[in-house]
Amino acid sequence: MTEQSASNSLDGNAAAGPFTDVFGFDVSTVLVTCGGCRASAVFAEQRAFLGGPGTVLRCPGCDHLLARVVQTTDELWLDMSGSSCWRFPLEASTA
Amino acid sequence: MLGEGAHRLDELARSGREDGDMGIITRGFGGRREPEAAALPPGQYLTRDFPVLTAGPTQYVDTADWSFTITTETGDRTTWSWADLMALTSEDIETDIHCVTRWSKLGTRWHGVPVDTVLEHIETAADYLMAHSYGGYTTNLPLEDVLDGKAWLAYGYADGPLPVEHGGPLRLLVPHLYFWKSAKWLNGFTLLTSDEPGFWEGFGYHNHGDPWREERYDGD
Ligand SMILES: [Zn+2]
Repeated sequence: MTEQSASNSLDGNAAAGPFTDVFGFDVSTVLVTCGGCRASAVFAEQRAFLGGPGTVLRCPGCDHLLARVVQTTDELWLDMSGSSCWRFPLEASTA
Repeated sequence: MLGEGAHRLDELARSGREDGDMGIITRGFGGRREPEAAALPPGQYLTRDFPVLTAGPTQYVDTADWSFTITTETGDRTTWSWADLMALTSEDIETDIHCVTRWSKLGTRWHGVPVDTVLEHIETAADYLMAHSYGGYTTNLPLEDVLDGKAWLAYGYADGPLPVEHGGPLRLLVPHLYFWKSAKWLNGFTLLTSDEPGFWEGFGYHNHGDPWREERYDGD
């Protein structure tokens, strides 16, 4: 029970949809740097928390909030203030 | 949206089959009619499950290390240990809960201490509070929404202790507002003379969150 609860997050792929809606292309290969511990990992390897009620991306190393997305009735909200850098491979942006 | 609709019908069908304790829903359930609609706020569907939704990792706090602190607008602090809190008069609560992600669950049973009890002897001129949780989650509420028997510090669910995935050892329970206001792993209130947005209120979600008025999003 405890072990199961400890892994209540998913990997970053689970959050790719809402972020892809914002950027207009697949974000899973984007390199995201944590604003807390400065560790970098591709989006797909970060931690995702879904529906709480928005979509939240956290650092797997330090749990720092990297970014979040909320879709309201007529807007997408994006908060990237917890991450210091997003590096977009050019292949991703033209795919 | 299509997926959501399909899920809703599935839940209704399951309610119709399985509900022994929700006669209103079961009686007369027949395809297109939705006899439970009167019991549900607009845009909500019934669930028998208890979905686990969080904005961050599950917080494991041993009751030996747990505390709850109220900080007033002047900086005065009052802290309860787990033993202090257990010594307060508690009560059973049976209530419906409504999540902004559109599920509602009827007749949930909780146990806890009314928020009135911990605020009773606090000297304050505040009209608002910020609820704080282990893990850093915050949510803001007007005091009038947590006083007069409208909110609880809940540590029991069904007939047992509140499970950690649902916010144990203790969560805020404010069932008349969308459930993101019922902060899991609660560890304190900061009393405020002017309102400030919490984690979701500052980011797309409604500041107040009344499900009967469908106060889901900023601007609703
Ligand atoms: Zn980090």
